Amino acid sequence: MAKEKRLEVRYGTRLNRSLAGDIILFSFLALLGSFSAWPMAFVINNAFKPLNEILLFPPRLFVRNPTLSNFRDLVSLMSNSWVPLSRYVFNTLFITCLGTAGSVFISSLAAFPLAKFRFPGSGIISKMIVYSLMFSAAVTGIPSYIIISRLGLLDSYGAILLPTFGTTLGLYLMQNFMGQVPNELIESARMDGAGDFRVYWSIMMPLARPAWLTLVILQFQGLWGTTGGTYIYSEKLKPLSYALSQIVDSGVARTGVAAAVALFMLIVPLTVFVISQSNVMETMATSGIKE
Amino acid sequence: MASKGQQNRPSEARLREKLHILWNEINRNKVKYVMIAPFMISFFLFVFLPALSSIILSFTNFNMLQRPDFIGYQNYAKLLLHDEVFAIAIRNTLLIAFITGPLSYLLCFILAWLINELSRPLRVLLTVVFYAPSISGNAYLIWKLIFSSDVYGYANSKLIDWGFLQEPVLWLQDPQYIIWIIILVQLWLSLGVSFLAFIAGLQNVDRTLYEAGAIDGVRNRWQELWYITLPSMKPQLLFGAVMQITSSFSVGEVSMQLAGFPSVAYAGRTVLTHLIDYGTIRFEMGYASATATLLFLSMIFANLVIQQLLRKVGQ
Repeated sequence: MAKEKRLEVRYGTRLNRSLAGDIILFSFLALLGSFSAWPMAFVINNAFKPLNEILLFPPRLFVRNPTLSNFRDLVSLMSNSWVPLSRYVFNTLFITCLGTAGSVFISSLAAFPLAKFRFPGSGIISKMIVYSLMFSAAVTGIPSYIIISRLGLLDSYGAILLPTFGTTLGLYLMQNFMGQVPNELIESARMDGAGDFRVYWSIMMPLARPAWLTLVILQFQGLWGTTGGTYIYSEKLKPLSYALSQIVDSGVARTGVAAAVALFMLIVPLTVFVISQSNVMETMATSGIKE
Repeated sequence: MASKGQQNRPSEARLREKLHILWNEINRNKVKYVMIAPFMISFFLFVFLPALSSIILSFTNFNMLQRPDFIGYQNYAKLLLHDEVFAIAIRNTLLIAFITGPLSYLLCFILAWLINELSRPLRVLLTVVFYAPSISGNAYLIWKLIFSSDVYGYANSKLIDWGFLQEPVLWLQDPQYIIWIIILVQLWLSLGVSFLAFIAGLQNVDRTLYEAGAIDGVRNRWQELWYITLPSMKPQLLFGAVMQITSSFSVGEVSMQLAGFPSVAYAGRTVLTHLIDYGTIRFEMGYASATATLLFLSMIFANLVIQQLLRKVGQ
């Protein structure tokens, strides 16, 4: 209750706001927004366009005669595939869910000691992690392939999952957010007899919620789109995005199906994004790290 | 203060003592090592080792078929002294980095900050809208339509309609315009990871600080931003800076998609596309690795400079 009251005070004393300022601000956001929303609006509209509208040049953003024929074509194509569609869906769900959950857990677990304690090696490890973010992945492809093949991971889910667990971006993000948690909170939890794991799970993770929800978005998005590339070559282990990209690659005849595929590939990560973001943005009363 | 007697002790004993202290420290922090172990194993195998082998390969001649043979710093000498295209690539990359790096950093922060004040459904909607180019997968299509070289391209048709142009401009083929279009599109694409990190960071700011600030004499929103919000967000600002450095120094995809690969007169050549050219087309892996190592070093340098600047925030 006390918090609610404070919230009202905060809104009441907003600094230097004027109607004109709000209008300028809003039109600025709307202008910029309409520009960046374009690709998403295009994907959504395209999926419902009949073929003659998709191939129209110059293309029109909005659909005129919406149809579901693209989706019907996609369904009939997929039901004829050699490996059942459900297998591709399972592969993708397995890789994406386990990869996202595992990576968020493993990187936050490692981020906690690195953010909050000094121990032999902690400094150099943190430096190595930041710097590794700056090394271009374009030349590490061959060494990575050799390592994955030597470990016997080729053509298994592990070839995608295990490298995901070592994503430095995630660790660095978590480390930065966890560094903000006041030491007093950790100390007092320790006084109450909590061990390191306990502090991690009941103090650090709830307080770093905006950070790991953001990480969920990033990892999910990346894994959902992964095709397995050079690492997975058994048809029954391949993810959905690979199967779909094969359909799309068949040329102009599949233009309509390609539009449906594009929407399908967008809609799932988009849903995850919206759910995560609405949880990142808590109501003002309950959020914020307090000592 | 160490006494004179201790300093004169044989170095072997001192070393043993140091090792003993270190061992005790490691023992005391056992749980922490267990916590970082799963990450570190994956990091070491799939990030550190590949990067290290690339740095080693940069001192060799390696065509991906035969054994690499050691040639010392020759790759670096050739890159820096004899490769004229690389000189263009450096110039373009620096121009892109100096313009898009700071600008998109500001854009990410300002938008995150503006969005943060709105009501929750509107905030979520705008975040989705601004993040759309990073998630939609066909981000370059609109720019290809706008800057299409014929009269149907949006830019050409409008500029001709309005009388600014007499004939269509070859936007993506004319070396004069290519780099600026890349910069524009890179800016448009910039609301990615740092943007999300800033939004999350703004949720972490302690609200009571604002009330305390109002009592302490914070008069306007700018003071509030500088003295309260920014200092509370230092870790996220640092994170955003690192992300911005990595993305603005490694612009490549934008250039290849818009200007073609290779681009006309190498006008869209960046260090990254140079590297991709040698690594995946010419199979000169040693040379590509040397390029990557140089890029790596310049990013580390940029990072050091920016960390110094960020220390001044809120002072």
